[in-house]
Amino acid sequence: MEIFELTILMLDATFRVATPLILAALAGMYSERAGIVDIGLEGKMLGAAFAAAAVATVTGSAWLGLLAGIAASLALSSLHAYACVTHKGNQVVSGMAINIVVAGLTPTLGFAWFKLGGRTPALTGDERFSGITLPFADALSNVPIFGYIYAELISGHNIIVYMAAAAVPIFAYILYRTRFGLRVRAVGENPHAVDTAGISVEIMRYKALAVTGFLCGIAGSYLSTAHGAGFIRDMTAGKGYLALAALIFGKWKPVPTMFACLLFAFTDAVQVRLQGVDLPIIGVIPVQFIQALPYILTVLLLAGFVGKANPPKAIGEPYIKEK
Amino acid sequence: MSETKSKFGAPSKVPAWVNLGLIPLINLLAAFLISGIVILIVGDNPLKALEVLIYGAFGYPEAIGYTLYYTTNFIFTGLAVAIAFHCGLFNIGAEGQAFIGGLGVGIAALYFDFLPMWAVIPLAVMSGAIFGAGWAYVPAYLQAKRGSHIVITTIMFNFIAFSVMNYLLVEVMINPDAGGSPETREFAEHIWLAHAPDFTGMADSPLNFSFIFALLLSGAFYYFLWHTRWGYEIRVVGQNETAAKYAGISPSKNIILAMVISGGLAGFVAVNELLGVHHRVLMDFTGGYGFVGIAVALMGRNHPVGIFMAALLFGAIYQGGTELSFEMTSINKEMVIVIQGLIILFSGALENMFRPKIENLFKKRQSLSQTEA
Repeated sequence: MEIFELTILMLDATFRVATPLILAALAGMYSERAGIVDIGLEGKMLGAAFAAAAVATVTGSAWLGLLAGIAASLALSSLHAYACVTHKGNQVVSGMAINIVVAGLTPTLGFAWFKLGGRTPALTGDERFSGITLPFADALSNVPIFGYIYAELISGHNIIVYMAAAAVPIFAYILYRTRFGLRVRAVGENPHAVDTAGISVEIMRYKALAVTGFLCGIAGSYLSTAHGAGFIRDMTAGKGYLALAALIFGKWKPVPTMFACLLFAFTDAVQVRLQGVDLPIIGVIPVQFIQALPYILTVLLLAGFVGKANPPKAIGEPYIKEK
Repeated sequence: MSETKSKFGAPSKVPAWVNLGLIPLINLLAAFLISGIVILIVGDNPLKALEVLIYGAFGYPEAIGYTLYYTTNFIFTGLAVAIAFHCGLFNIGAEGQAFIGGLGVGIAALYFDFLPMWAVIPLAVMSGAIFGAGWAYVPAYLQAKRGSHIVITTIMFNFIAFSVMNYLLVEVMINPDAGGSPETREFAEHIWLAHAPDFTGMADSPLNFSFIFALLLSGAFYYFLWHTRWGYEIRVVGQNETAAKYAGISPSKNIILAMVISGGLAGFVAVNELLGVHHRVLMDFTGGYGFVGIAVALMGRNHPVGIFMAALLFGAIYQGGTELSFEMTSINKEMVIVIQGLIILFSGALENMFRPKIENLFKKRQSLSQTEA
């Protein structure tokens, strides 16, 4: 029973860590499937986290914070589109620039506005998203196994965790079963064909990046107003890059990407549990090794040692209309 | 089509001073303008800030020493990113390569300190370069032989480098007397690099011999890239891989060569930081220099002279910006990062925003003067 409870607790932690990863990886999927490399997921999340916390603390509403987070992230993804699509700039440089600007700008504004050394004030009550107890969770909690799973693992998360869970099928459906999704995938594979069909490649890429901005905004807001209680500088701590790794590990497909996010989040939960624990046979596993594991796995995948990752064909190439 | 697709550092049809002087200057002004607006938003006077920044960077000898010390790091990482650019590669991993370079420097300085100065310092420098090069070799090999995209693999290798160094410094090389902070014991004193002599007034700054080394390397970089067959081959691969193949030049060999040199150059950051200043291996001594190296290479148009000037600019912003956070109440040290990011944005990502307009302006003028003559 103890192992069962421990497993549930670890899965519970996995869900909480995986939420921003899943949202950000889905965000990156729309950008990259449309042919735009996005290493700026990190910056967009960080910007959203700051905007969400700042607005939530001023207005007292987590929902307004979420809106502000989405708006900030949309602004940054539009900037990325402006540089990469309109001006055909280098997509990696643009993402990098956005990450660096945001890493500097958020503590600068935070320092000037809140006088807390770059943090925002701690959020309390309605200023952040708190856990929701699903119906019958309390009543069922005494039912062995299933009731316990329902009450402890499924119930009690904040709304954004459920949003992330819903986002996977919704955004997978949009990408694979709607005209918009087909066009997004087409501009990433063969923009010339899309252009020949009379659809503007540039507008499609702007739209795809808007979806990226929207999802990254939710991911960032989660960090500061749901998972945490306020903004601290560099609070994304590489999660944007980890989401990018998960996206590649999931071969740019929604469901495998979700599982990659869950796997990476699970390694995080394991790492917290395993700190200094002496395992039979293996001994103590260095925490740092588990931390590096997602990145090592992604490199192995890219190298073709663990399956083969085929990126969208037109990725990284600005589309230049033939005259 | 070929015009708009031109890669970094490709020849252009406008006068050199426009391409190398005017356009970077306009990009820079745009970045400073936005930075000024940010300073206005946080409630300070941008002109006053600029004055403090310039005085803080060049106003007195010690400040100049600090500026040149930062410049040294930026020359190393700028050259590192530039040589990869010349081969058509984007090395985002200079940060990780510099970090692992620190391991090489540390191993030589900690375990071979029984050697005399003239032997151990070159050994440590070489070892830093070899470790940095080794860390770049893996992504380079994967790009050349297995087609793994080098941007992604070098990003991943930055994180892996961090974990490796974190493990080694916390578990293996830690100095138990350092009060638990993950760092090694201090290097023996004869391995410390000489600082600037007293008469310059910069003796108290961290400026050390690495600066001279960086200048020598810049010269070597120029000679290697434009006056040797190896450099020529790297540039051909960077310009046109298909043409290179037809000319009998192996793209994969040159991709690996360019990246290994790139990693080695990045590793020299550890020489400046560890042999020159900290005299021990510690966490995060790379301080983002590897990332800023991208901006330095972009602004410097991948040429050693341009890289020196861009490195000096970033060195001045680093040092002046630190002064700024002391002098002005509503500005903290992260303002420097904002300015850096904006410079990368305008001179890198948005480089096509002003360029075509300016180039057109000069093309028109040229064709006018031609028709007149």
